[in-house]
Amino acid sequence: MDLVNNLSLGLETALQWQNVLFCLVGVALGTAVGVLPGIGPTATIALLLPVTFNFDSPTSALIMLAGIYYGAQYGGSTTAILINLPGESSSAVTAIDGNQMAKKGQAGLALATAAIGSFVAGTVATLVLAVAAPPLAKVALTFGAAEYFSLVVLGLMISVTLARGSVPKALAMVSLGILLGTVGQDLNTGTPRFTFDVRELFEGVNFVALAVGIFGITEILRNLRDPQTRDAKLHEVHSLWPRGKELRAMSGPIARGTGLGSLMGILPGGGHILAPFASYAAEKKLSRHPEQFGHGALAGVAGPESANNAAAQTSFIPLLTLAIPANPVMALMIGAFIIQGITPGPNVINEQPALVWGLIASMWIGNVLLVALNLPLIGLWVRMLKVPYWVMFPTIVVLASIGTYSVSNNPWHVFMIAAFGLLGFVLVQCGCEPAPLLLGFVLGPLLEENLRRAMLISQGDPSTFVTRPISAGLLAVGALALLVAVLPAMRKKREKVFVEED
Amino acid sequence: MTVVLAHVPNESADAAFDAALEQARFRGTGVVVVNVAPGDAPVDDRIVPEDGVAALTRRGADAGVEVTVEQPVDGDVAGAVLDSAKRHDAALVVVGVRRRSAVGKLLMGSVAQRIILDADCQVLGVKG
Repeated sequence: MDLVNNLSLGLETALQWQNVLFCLVGVALGTAVGVLPGIGPTATIALLLPVTFNFDSPTSALIMLAGIYYGAQYGGSTTAILINLPGESSSAVTAIDGNQMAKKGQAGLALATAAIGSFVAGTVATLVLAVAAPPLAKVALTFGAAEYFSLVVLGLMISVTLARGSVPKALAMVSLGILLGTVGQDLNTGTPRFTFDVRELFEGVNFVALAVGIFGITEILRNLRDPQTRDAKLHEVHSLWPRGKELRAMSGPIARGTGLGSLMGILPGGGHILAPFASYAAEKKLSRHPEQFGHGALAGVAGPESANNAAAQTSFIPLLTLAIPANPVMALMIGAFIIQGITPGPNVINEQPALVWGLIASMWIGNVLLVALNLPLIGLWVRMLKVPYWVMFPTIVVLASIGTYSVSNNPWHVFMIAAFGLLGFVLVQCGCEPAPLLLGFVLGPLLEENLRRAMLISQGDPSTFVTRPISAGLLAVGALALLVAVLPAMRKKREKVFVEED
Repeated sequence: MTVVLAHVPNESADAAFDAALEQARFRGTGVVVVNVAPGDAPVDDRIVPEDGVAALTRRGADAGVEVTVEQPVDGDVAGAVLDSAKRHDAALVVVGVRRRSAVGKLLMGSVAQRIILDADCQVLGVKG
């Protein structure tokens, strides 16, 4: 019973008091930032990444970062329901029906539905993760350089397919990210590339500075440009626990949302953002009363919330088994692994079982903590939203700069934050999403390294990528994904999904 | 011609609203309630929520006065009220006033004071 052994090892690690504490800090911080509109989980983790550098144990650091991630998903939906202010993009769907329910005096029921849905989905997805991770890691261990190259290509192609906006723009962003990843000394020969004789660029573009700039600072600039303000009226919460009839009504959507979310979370790119939209669309189609959607339909809260959480959980699968990040948040987690001195990859699960299983088990504990933490503290979260922008934004910028500087005491990294913040803002104004850029930046070196290694092994014969069956298969799927994205019929559907998002 | 009320939900708001209704009945006009949000925080107490707007309109209807509510987002609160007054060709601007210390006024400025000094029409200051 490997599964039981693994899970008990994980629980043992995750239940150590300091890890529970870090988990609590993580979910609390995550909720706090999930509540704030604009500054999503990616920006938060980017901003808080420097904080975890000085942690003694990598397990605690990763548990806290993971806590921030799903805490943010959760906090976003609480404010979406109570004040129609979705804290981050994946809870925008919850706001549609959740806030309508709150207006009808069913705020308690909507919150409970979101909590139950998130919790059930989180639990199931954690089990999926626990079951799927070890065999996948075993498969990944047999991968050679050629397979890894093709896998990275596949990951990048799918992230282009799932990115919002136009395919060429996403492709451009991925390429820009890969290019940024090549700055610095060549891994094999030590030749400086794209350094323009600036000595500080020899070590390459700093990952934390890039992430903080392009997500944190860009989000702040975007918020300054289009501020949004809502009234502070809180819908009263009473009769929290749903009745039998309502429990039955939500069980179907929760089950479907969990399944859909678990699947979409594994996909690279915007899987975790798309999952709630896909679930909402599916529930609306399946419902016997589609006209109720948009006017406080229970299924419109239960489905997307479950899908959202399940996807957040399963997006750890490619990270833990293949070291391929499924989304920008996971790219940041890879950064955290590296900073803690762990090389992410299929070996991590064998070499650091306590870390991997502890992380998995902590997600379950985190979900329990979130339910306990969120409802009593909703007043606090709303009070936090009253902090004026002119206090909040400068504070964030200062903290982020200090944090990034403290990692390696290099003032250049602070300049990089500013430069990438501006670059990110310009890109966003041009309708380009920064997420594929970060994925390209993280996966670029991996892509290059494996390409060169495979070419060395095959003695310069590029056909190695298509003659090895696994590699050829992965490349074919990648090509198919790209093809599907540019096909006219598919493109229309894709645009429709993203229009609903806006 | 109309009566413009600068409205912020606080302790003097009710008195100012009643005064605006009284003035509107006396002049035979409607009341335009201007509820400005400075828009400098994600959530703001100074914005009247949807049901609050409905309550204001209902109170107006009960008194036989047509009440319309405007909710502009503008960092310059006094300026937004004055703009609205000009646009509606207001005969009177009603504003709630409260005691402020000299230092408080120096630091934060006074919306009421700016409206009183800069308005082109009569201004009625109502103490809560």
